[in-house]
Amino acid sequence: MTVTFPQKGLPWLLLLPQLLVTAIFFLWPAEQALEQAFYQEDAFGLSREFIGLENFADLFTDPLYYQSMLTTLVFSFSVAIVGMSLALLLAVMADRVVRGKLAYQTLLIWPYAVAPALAGVLWWILFDPSMGPIALWLKTAGVNWNHYLDGNQAMILVVIASTWKQISYNFLFFLAGLQAVPRSLIEAAAIDGASPFKRFWTIVFPLLSPTTFFLLVVNLVYAFFETFGVIDATTKGGPGQSTTTLVYKVFDDGFVGLDLGGSAAQSVVLMAIVGLMTVIQFRFIERKVQYS
Amino acid sequence: MHNLKLASVVVGLSIASSGFAATQIEWWHAMGGANGEKVNEIAKAFNDSQDTYEVKPIYKGNYTETMTSAIAAFRAKQQPAIVQVFEVGTASMMAAKGAIYPVYKLMKDSGQAFDESAYLSAVTGYYSNSDGQMLSMPFNSSTPVLYYNKDLFKKAGISQAPKTWQDVESVSKKLLSSGVSCGFTTAWQSWVQLENLSARHNVPFATLENGFGGLKTELKFNGPLQVAHIEKMGEWQKNGIFSYSGRTNDGAAKFYSQECAMFTESSAGYAGIKRNAKFDFGVAELPYWEGKAKQPSNTIIGGASLWVLQGHSKEEYKGVASFLSYLSKASVQADWHQFSGYLPITKAAYDLTKEQGFYKANPGTETGVIQMTTGTPTANTKGLRLGNFVQIRGVIDEALESVWSGDVDAQTALNTAVERGNTLLRKFEKAND
Repeated sequence: MTVTFPQKGLPWLLLLPQLLVTAIFFLWPAEQALEQAFYQEDAFGLSREFIGLENFADLFTDPLYYQSMLTTLVFSFSVAIVGMSLALLLAVMADRVVRGKLAYQTLLIWPYAVAPALAGVLWWILFDPSMGPIALWLKTAGVNWNHYLDGNQAMILVVIASTWKQISYNFLFFLAGLQAVPRSLIEAAAIDGASPFKRFWTIVFPLLSPTTFFLLVVNLVYAFFETFGVIDATTKGGPGQSTTTLVYKVFDDGFVGLDLGGSAAQSVVLMAIVGLMTVIQFRFIERKVQYS
Repeated sequence: MHNLKLASVVVGLSIASSGFAATQIEWWHAMGGANGEKVNEIAKAFNDSQDTYEVKPIYKGNYTETMTSAIAAFRAKQQPAIVQVFEVGTASMMAAKGAIYPVYKLMKDSGQAFDESAYLSAVTGYYSNSDGQMLSMPFNSSTPVLYYNKDLFKKAGISQAPKTWQDVESVSKKLLSSGVSCGFTTAWQSWVQLENLSARHNVPFATLENGFGGLKTELKFNGPLQVAHIEKMGEWQKNGIFSYSGRTNDGAAKFYSQECAMFTESSAGYAGIKRNAKFDFGVAELPYWEGKAKQPSNTIIGGASLWVLQGHSKEEYKGVASFLSYLSKASVQADWHQFSGYLPITKAAYDLTKEQGFYKANPGTETGVIQMTTGTPTANTKGLRLGNFVQIRGVIDEALESVWSGDVDAQTALNTAVERGNTLLRKFEKAND
């Protein structure tokens, strides 16, 4: 049954605040970026020249742009996979805790309240090659930690810093998902003699798949678009370009380099990527997800 | 009732104060911490010295954030009258002819006495046009020097500070064998190890007088001198003489912890080092390669200057002019120089500081000034004027990092950086032609 309103105006009126917010904060800037991408402009906006697709041509003939795409993919999937597996592990264990459950769960959720840049600074201090406790400890363990020089180590650092925060968020959803799994199913399997491991993989995990799918989307979007604060505070995209993700590049070229046209062209490409990602995920992956 | 009374008093006060409101002048700056407090103090002293104008300093974050905010504000027609812009933003500001109000013109238009020869040419040269007219007012300028740990030097049996890079190498070897884990580290690698290296040896960093001659400039820092230096540093990174510590001045931590015995860093880093070093340290001039230059030339400056933006009233500009004159006063300059470690911008301020015995009481603080003022600046040592310079520095950072990690040899890395940098220069030329 569909709900109908007596007047035509009321639903629109109720929608209006949300539509306004969307128009002002999303559609208008997106339109501006789209327009800007076809112009070359000096920073102060004193002169402006239409250059057609030149900004895009520059972008797609730049080998570093492809490298940045690859970096973004490696980074995003690492953040999503590491963050989700650790959160799932913690959630499964937290689900079993009997005493002090609330305290345990609250503590695990805390990091989510830390601002990304702050999380970045925190890990940056811990891993500082000459005074960071973790770096010094690694040194005694025989690992020469210097993320200023080693691109892979820099990548590990930004993945850790970005993941740490996200674990809490994932944890919360996995925990809720676990609590929604009917006990009767698990008990029945237990009576049939299934081991705890088997019960998890054949019953709990498939039932968690809507949560997992949702989190995968959220985590990828997070890693793609919301981690530039962490990267800026830890590696600033370096060494070389080893931690320059697409979003960091937009920030760096636009905000620091004041190349508005080039940066806008990159944002347009990002918009296209997000659109594509959403379609792929919902068309192909969602089909395999069990919702009930 | 009580609250109502209080409110009426507040309203009354604000009406009263707006009755003879001074003309307000906004000054956006990037000075955090102790320097930021000093900036407020300077503005307050100016405001107290007269009652026609009121300068309002506003902290806008780091250099990049301050410049970007000012540009965004200009586009929205909400720009401040004065904004502090770092030296690498100079070319962008200069190219924005409709946005800036050149300082020499401002001073003339508002009838302020303004004698450009009173300023240190090594400082103002960076911010002047080809006719030698000052476009912005230097505020905080610094130059790279070498800090060294005297205690570690003594332990290794070294009595003298290194003068040349050859000395740095031999001294470092002694230090390493005495148990120190790294010879030297550097802050701001592009500024110190390429831009100032070139100036020190009177070698061009870019064509057309390092960009002073026009937008058609091309990068030149892949010459034999620069390649040899970077190659050597790559070698030193491997054997422990040099230890890379990031693009900014994070290397200070290695110097404080006595991991590295020497540190090439801005002369303005003095206050921080003095506060944090738990050992006796000395300040020496930036080394040069013996045999590559007869006499080391002056180094170039870093730091920032104050730009006046268009779009304000005549009355406000009068206030700006009188504030800039106030800033240039010997007493104000000398105080700022002694407090912050930035270079004095006038000869009078330098002389006053000398007279006050500050350099005697704080050995090492004069090194930067002396090094800056050796000889007359040449086309190669006047400074750099390159568009998109922020990004070019990023490109250089990447190139140098690839050498330090041993991935690429110095020649290839610098060639790539020059090529990528030139693309950025052409882009800037096109946007600003």
